[in-house]
Amino acid sequence: MTDIATTEEDIKEQSVEYDHEEHELEATGESRQFLTFMMDDEEYGVDILSVQEIRGWEPATVLPNAPDYVKGVINLRGTIVPVVDLRQRFGLDSMEYGAITVVVVVKVSLENNDEKIIGLVVDAISDVYTVKAENMRPAPDITEHANAEFIENLMNVEKNMVVLLNLPRLMEFSQSSAVQATS
Amino acid sequence: MSIDLSQFFEVFFEESFEGLDIMEAELLALTPGTHDLETINTIFRAAHSIKGGSGTFGFTVVSNFTHVLETLLDQIRDGRRALEQQHIDLLLLSVDCLRDLLSALKAEEVPDEAVANKLKADFESILADGVCGEYAANESEDKPSSTQSSGWAIKFFPFPYLFKTGNEPLYMLHELEALGKLTITADLSHIPEFSKLVPDECHVGWDIELHGNIEKEQIEEIFEWVLDDCDFSLNPIGEVTPSAEVEDTKEESEPSIEPPAQVSEEKKETKPTPTQAAKAPSAVKKGETNSIRVAIDKVDSLINMVGELVITQAMLCQLAEREFDENNVNMLQEGLAQLSHNTRDLQESVMRIRMLPISFVFSRFPRLVRDISQKLNKKVELKLIGEQTELDKTVMEKLSDPMVHLVRNSLDHGLESPEARVAAGKDETGSVTLNAFHQGGNIVIEIIDDGAGLNSEKIRAKAIENHIISENEELSESEVHDLIFRPGFSTADEVSDISGRGVGMDVVRRNIQELNGSIEVNSVAGEGSTFRIRLPLTLAILDGQLVRVADHTYIIPLISIIESLQVDIEKVNNVGGSVEVLRLRDEYIPILRLYQLFKHENAITELEHGLLVVVETDNEKVGLLVDDLLAQQQVVIKSLENNYQRIEGISGATILGDGRVSLIVDIAGLIKLAGLKKPGKQGLSIDSLIQEMA
Repeated sequence: MTDIATTEEDIKEQSVEYDHEEHELEATGESRQFLTFMMDDEEYGVDILSVQEIRGWEPATVLPNAPDYVKGVINLRGTIVPVVDLRQRFGLDSMEYGAITVVVVVKVSLENNDEKIIGLVVDAISDVYTVKAENMRPAPDITEHANAEFIENLMNVEKNMVVLLNLPRLMEFSQSSAVQATS
Repeated sequence: MSIDLSQFFEVFFEESFEGLDIMEAELLALTPGTHDLETINTIFRAAHSIKGGSGTFGFTVVSNFTHVLETLLDQIRDGRRALEQQHIDLLLLSVDCLRDLLSALKAEEVPDEAVANKLKADFESILADGVCGEYAANESEDKPSSTQSSGWAIKFFPFPYLFKTGNEPLYMLHELEALGKLTITADLSHIPEFSKLVPDECHVGWDIELHGNIEKEQIEEIFEWVLDDCDFSLNPIGEVTPSAEVEDTKEESEPSIEPPAQVSEEKKETKPTPTQAAKAPSAVKKGETNSIRVAIDKVDSLINMVGELVITQAMLCQLAEREFDENNVNMLQEGLAQLSHNTRDLQESVMRIRMLPISFVFSRFPRLVRDISQKLNKKVELKLIGEQTELDKTVMEKLSDPMVHLVRNSLDHGLESPEARVAAGKDETGSVTLNAFHQGGNIVIEIIDDGAGLNSEKIRAKAIENHIISENEELSESEVHDLIFRPGFSTADEVSDISGRGVGMDVVRRNIQELNGSIEVNSVAGEGSTFRIRLPLTLAILDGQLVRVADHTYIIPLISIIESLQVDIEKVNNVGGSVEVLRLRDEYIPILRLYQLFKHENAITELEHGLLVVVETDNEKVGLLVDDLLAQQQVVIKSLENNYQRIEGISGATILGDGRVSLIVDIAGLIKLAGLKKPGKQGLSIDSLIQEMA
C-alpha cells in the first residue's frame, strides 16, 4: 500500500508547529484551522475538522454512467466512499495520476443533518493555516462564473489568497445520464 | 431500601402493549349477543395484567381506568350482562385510550386524562344501569369506582404467611390512619397457644372502621399488595356484609377489643412495603431501546451453531500445531470448508432472529377495517392469508404505513356502497384480502379488493387536469393506472378524513422503493383492484454471482439467475431492428449487453465469445451479456446512497475478499435503463414484437 494516510491528530500537531513559526497567525478566539492543497498553482482550503484522512491515490471501482469527474468508489474501512477529481469538477485540465496524487477524504454535514463522506483528488497537500475570522472575505460577486457556487470564502494568508471550498455544494452530483434504448 | 422499579418499565410497557393487541384482536372476534366465555376470559386476563402491572408501577391513571373496564368485563363474563355492540365499541375505544396513556407514560410525558375520564364516565353510566340489584349489592367491584361513602368497614385478616411476603400490616394501618378517623378492633381468636406460636406467622386480624369521605380506591390501593394473602372485605358502613366467610370472622372477632397483639409489634422492623417504592416512579431518563422477541428454538439453533463453530476452530488450531506436510493440506481444506459451512449456517440463524411473521403488521388491520367500514357505512369482510410469512423486522416496520394507506384506499375508493354493489350484481359485503407469500428472495404482499376497480377515464381526466400528462398523450390501460403513483394525484370526489388528501400513492411508492421494493397495480373495472408489493426479505446479505465485464467485476443476485449459457448466434434475432433476442427453447429472451448499458470499453462485444446470464425479475426474463463468470459468494450489501446517490441499474455495493468494491446489479433497473420497459406497463415493451415474430 502506498497510502500516506495521516490522521487528524497528526495534522493538528503539524499546525501547532506552524503556529510557532508564524506569530502573526497565532490562534486566538475567533479563528479556524484549514487544510489547504494545490491545484493548478492555486491554493484551496477546507475546514480541518471535516478532514477524515489523507491517502494516496489507488484505483477506484468505476461507477457506470456517472459524471466523468466521479472517479469511482473506494473502500474506506468498510464504507463505500465516492472519489471526485477536483480538477475535472472545476473544469481544469485533468492530470495523470501518479504515486504522489493525493486523495483528501472529507466528511461533510449537509443541511438535512445528513453526513456524507467523499474523497477529493488534488494535486498536492499544501499546508495547515490558522486564520482569524477577520481575515476571511466573502467571495466576490462572480455568480455568472461556473465554479462560483463552490466558493465559500476567500482568505488572505500573507500574500497568498486561499479559496475556501463550499463542501456541501461539492456533494451535489449531477444525475447520471440515462442511457436510451440500446441500438 | 427501595427497589428501583424503573428497570422493569420496559418489560411492563412491552407486555402491556402486547396485552392491548390481544384485547383488540379478541374484541374484534366477539359478536354481540353471544357469550363466548373463552374470548371474554382472554380479554379479561389481558386487562387484568395491565391493571396489576400499572398499579405496581404507580401508574394510577392506567390502573384506575382499567379497573372500570375490568368491572364491565367481569359482569359480562359472569353472564350478568348481555354483550352489546355498544360494549364492544366502548372497549375498543378504551384499548386505544390505554395505548395512548401507556405511550405517554413510556415517553415520560404527562398522560392526557381527558379521554380516559370521558370513557370512564361512559363505562360508569353503563355500569350504573341494568345490573340486577342483588348482584350490585353483593360485589363491591360492581359499583362505580368513584363511589364515596361516609365511612368504610374494612375486614382485614392476613393469612399466617403474610410476613414472609415482606408485607407489614402495621404500615397499612398507619396509612389508613392518614386517610381519616380510624377505629380498629383486633381479632385475636386465631392466635394459637403459646407453645405452638411461631413468631414469624401472623394470626391477628382486624376489623377497621374508617370514618370520613374517602374514595374506595384510596383504601384499595393500600391493600393492593396483600389482597391475595388475606381475607379482605370492604363495605360502606351501614351495609350488611354479605360474604359468609367474612361474617364468620366477624362473629368470632366481636368479643376481643384489644390493641394489636404482641406478634405484630415484634415485626415492626420488617422492611418497608414495596408500595412506597411504587409510589415514586423513578425519574431516571432512559433512551428508547428497541427490543425484539425471539422464539426460543431460534436461539437454540444459534447456540448449536456456535458449538459447531468452536469445534471446527479447535480442529483448525490443532492442525496448525503439527508439522506441515501434504496430508495436512487436505485436512486444512476440509477444515476450512467446514468453517465456511458453519459461518453460513450461523449467519442464516442470526438473520432468522430478525425475521418476524408478517402478522405483526396484519394484526392491526381487522380493527382498522372495522372502524373505517363503520364510518363509511360499507360492509366489508377482511381476509388475511399467509400471516406466518416471515420478513425482516426493519422491513416490517417501514411497511406498515404504506399498507395502512393502501387498505384505507381500498375501503374508501375501491369498495362501493352496499346499494351500489347490489345494483352491480355483487354481494352486498365487499371483500378485502391481504395476502403474503414468499417468491424467490422476495416477499410479495397483495392487497386485493373486489370493488369497482380503477376508473381509467377519471384518472386520465384528473391527470390532464393536474398537468401530469398532456391531453393527447397515448397511454395504455396499465400506464393510466400507474398514474395514481404520481405526486399530487388524488381521485376522490370528496376529500375525506380517511383518504384523498392528494398525498398518498406517490409516498407509498417512494416508501416501498426505499426498501428496494416495487409496487404495481392491476385493476379491472367493475371487478376490483390488486396492489402488489414486492420486497426483499432482508436488506443486509445476498448470494451473489460475480461476473466480469471488461476489467470490472459486478455481482448478480444469485436468486434471480436462471441459467448461464454460451450464445448460439444462429438463434439470435433482431426484433424491431433494435433489440436482440435469443430463442431459448420456447421463449424469446432479450439480450442486454452490460458493457453497453454501463459504458465500459474493452469488453467482449461478440455474442458468441461472451457468456449470457439469463435472469428473471417480475416474471420477465432477460439475458445479460458478460465477459466471464467468476466465483459465487455471499456479499454484504452496502449502500451507495449513504455517500453518493442512486445509480440506475445498480442496487448497491459490496466489498470483496481483496478489499475492492464491487457493484451489485439491479435487474429491474437494468431493464428500465435499457428502455425495455415503460413505467407501470406489464411485460416488456418488445413483447408484442416478439409475439408477432412467433
